[in-house]
Amino acid sequence: MTTEFKIVEEPKKQLAMHPKKFAMWLFVASVGMLFASLTSAYIVRQAEGNWLYFDLPATLYWTTAVIVLSSVTMQMAYWAAKKDLLDRVKVLVSITMGFGLVFLVGQWMAWLDLIDNNIHLIGNPSGSFLYIITGLHGLHIISALVYLVIVLVSAYRFKIHSRSLAQIEMCTTYWHFLGGLWLYLFIFLLLNR
Amino acid sequence: MATVDLHTQADVHHHDDHDHEHGHGNFWTNYIFSQDHKVIAKQFLITGMFWALIGGTMSVLFRLQLGFPDADLTWLKPLLGEWITPQGKIDTEFYLALVTMHGTIMVFFVLTAGLSGTFSNFLIPLQIGARDMASGFMNMLSYWFFFLSGVIMFISIFLSTGPASGGWTIYPPLSALPQAMSGSGLGMTLWLVAMALFIVSSLLGGINYITTIINMRTNGMSFSRLPLTIWAFFFTAIIGLLSFPVLFAAALLLIFDRSMGTSFYLSDIYINGEALPNQGGSPILFQHLFWFLGHPEVYIVILPSLGITSEIIATNSRKPIFGYKAMVGSILFITILSFVVWAHHMFVTGMNPFLGSIFTLLTLIIAVPSAVKIFNYVTTLWKGNIIFTPAMLFSIGLVSFFLSGGITGIFLGNSAVDIQLHDTYFVVAHFHLVMGAASFFGMLAGVYHWFPKMFGRMMDDRLGKIHFWFSFVGVYLVFFPMHYIGIAGFPRRYYSWTNFETFNSFADLNMLVSVAAILTLAAQFIFLFNFFYSMFRGKAAPANPWKSNALEWTTPRNPGHGNWVGEIPTVYRWPYDYSKPGAKDDYIPQTVPYSETPESNLPHENDLIKLEMEDKNAIVVDDKKH
Repeated sequence: MTTEFKIVEEPKKQLAMHPKKFAMWLFVASVGMLFASLTSAYIVRQAEGNWLYFDLPATLYWTTAVIVLSSVTMQMAYWAAKKDLLDRVKVLVSITMGFGLVFLVGQWMAWLDLIDNNIHLIGNPSGSFLYIITGLHGLHIISALVYLVIVLVSAYRFKIHSRSLAQIEMCTTYWHFLGGLWLYLFIFLLLNR
Repeated sequence: MATVDLHTQADVHHHDDHDHEHGHGNFWTNYIFSQDHKVIAKQFLITGMFWALIGGTMSVLFRLQLGFPDADLTWLKPLLGEWITPQGKIDTEFYLALVTMHGTIMVFFVLTAGLSGTFSNFLIPLQIGARDMASGFMNMLSYWFFFLSGVIMFISIFLSTGPASGGWTIYPPLSALPQAMSGSGLGMTLWLVAMALFIVSSLLGGINYITTIINMRTNGMSFSRLPLTIWAFFFTAIIGLLSFPVLFAAALLLIFDRSMGTSFYLSDIYINGEALPNQGGSPILFQHLFWFLGHPEVYIVILPSLGITSEIIATNSRKPIFGYKAMVGSILFITILSFVVWAHHMFVTGMNPFLGSIFTLLTLIIAVPSAVKIFNYVTTLWKGNIIFTPAMLFSIGLVSFFLSGGITGIFLGNSAVDIQLHDTYFVVAHFHLVMGAASFFGMLAGVYHWFPKMFGRMMDDRLGKIHFWFSFVGVYLVFFPMHYIGIAGFPRRYYSWTNFETFNSFADLNMLVSVAAILTLAAQFIFLFNFFYSMFRGKAAPANPWKSNALEWTTPRNPGHGNWVGEIPTVYRWPYDYSKPGAKDDYIPQTVPYSETPESNLPHENDLIKLEMEDKNAIVVDDKKH
């Protein structure tokens, strides 16, 4: 296009990050909005009165501990990938998945506790909200578990190493986000039950 | 501000995208499951046109009932079948279904998917200088989720119990209880499923648009050099990303209320003297959630059109856009405000009057950025060498609608006035002008302007102008009388007013509105003919038919997947250097460096070249903000 020896201001390369990582952050933002709207609805509805107060199942305390632990192992898996310690990556990703499953089982047991406590999905909205919020969060955990399986398969195919980190990094982002989201939801529910 | 960067070596990108350009792949991968943003844009456009036709026809059907309440509509039996009663009238429940579906289709399927889907997809990569979207696959998924959503909505129209009928806002309890009306049965279920899929489609598209704009710009395409279309699409996508999940939450709770027996929105309801078991719900909660999406949604609808208009008005006035920064700032300001005004839709829900006054204040502030935009459009036109292409006419039409519809927004934003005008035809007139007709005109302007790039051919100019004048006059004839009808107290969504003695004097005005609506719809067939005829038989388009500066006109006449043959062009200036004093032509494309235009450079632009002369190895980076 240009002829030679022309003085041309070379424009700066545009600031850019990895498009897929960026898209992951946007996805995280929209999931965040989904839960923000549910918790806002919770507050608005609670303010109108006729609200059934009950204690949160004790199970939720240890599931919270589990999800925090799983974030630690996930981060360690990412660090291991950065150092090309592939065996450790596989082990740590598997442990994270294990913690994730334990978390889901714990949430399920919390639901059973609720039913024992005579709090059902159908009834006063205070209970319904709890089921919807934990259920929807659980669905997202399931999606993250699927993502972890994909990461694990990539690890076995030697597709994750110090120069190919995008996938495990995005998965780590998503996992930390869901863990943080649960912490927010749990504290929110503790404060507003 | 100019900075000097030292580059040892200019990095040259070798893109291999253009080697699969011509005819590779088969029919299915090229035209149906394509990942090319241009093909996806055309898919959105054609689907949007299909829905616009259905939505428009529905409006004419219910206008027939409203304008000619005594007419015998038996002749519509072949089309509507059982929905025409033996007396030759439109079934009352079907009338409500028509109103509901007209709103849903127009707001979501035509003016959200058809508008953002078409032009964000088509223009973002072309105008920022990218080969394609950040993720072509997600982009394709976005279309097919929309398509699936459309199929489900389309099926719901043919149910024997009718499609959703509770209004496009689907307020519970009307929408939550199947026994409330026939449309709240399966029709409502399908509506919710369709909208859930639609939200997925919108999010997939929106994530892609934002990612692409931020990360995929070509060299030199700084934010301050983005065309205003891109700025508008950018903020539209952000609004969608933040507000659609809220609609999803609202719909999710409604689905649970409908199917699982929860009571989020239901309380103290008696049907035929029998109390429903649902206790403790709040229908107002739904309104909060719905309008937290619903209000930003109107900006999702109008902002892309305003962006398209900025580009077209500057190009066809042969003048730089007036107040580029103010234009960007006003879009940003509108975006922020769009999230804090939702309760102005709810002034009559028994809201605390103090809260109402806060929302009144916030709502009225929107008039400021909106007025800035109108002012800048008019000052761009002022003393320009205006070329009245059909796209330009439609853009000016948009400015007119946006102004006349926006002024009534100031009335309605006041809680005190709104309590009188709420749910009357005044509201109908307001939003149809300011966001309905205005956005639609923006969409048509965009089609006329970028048709040469989409299909490599020109649309017929004369037919375009005829289309414009019929549509422009038609829209005003439809919606202007509605202001009077509304102030007179006509409630919206009513099937008939013949029982109200006081409304008899307005019968002829309603008749006029209906006749105008029929004419306006008829005028759209001129466009449809022009569109499809020109696609195959139109004049071959020149490379840059409108003498525009923007990047999309540097592509080949029919760009393949990858858009540019060879390297992506580099950008050296903003896109609005029209009629620059001293320049040879009245436009300087973005790809022309300042060193090639010494005759028209401004002092600070010349300084950039001087800097370069001093040190041959230095590469000057123009980082100035306009």
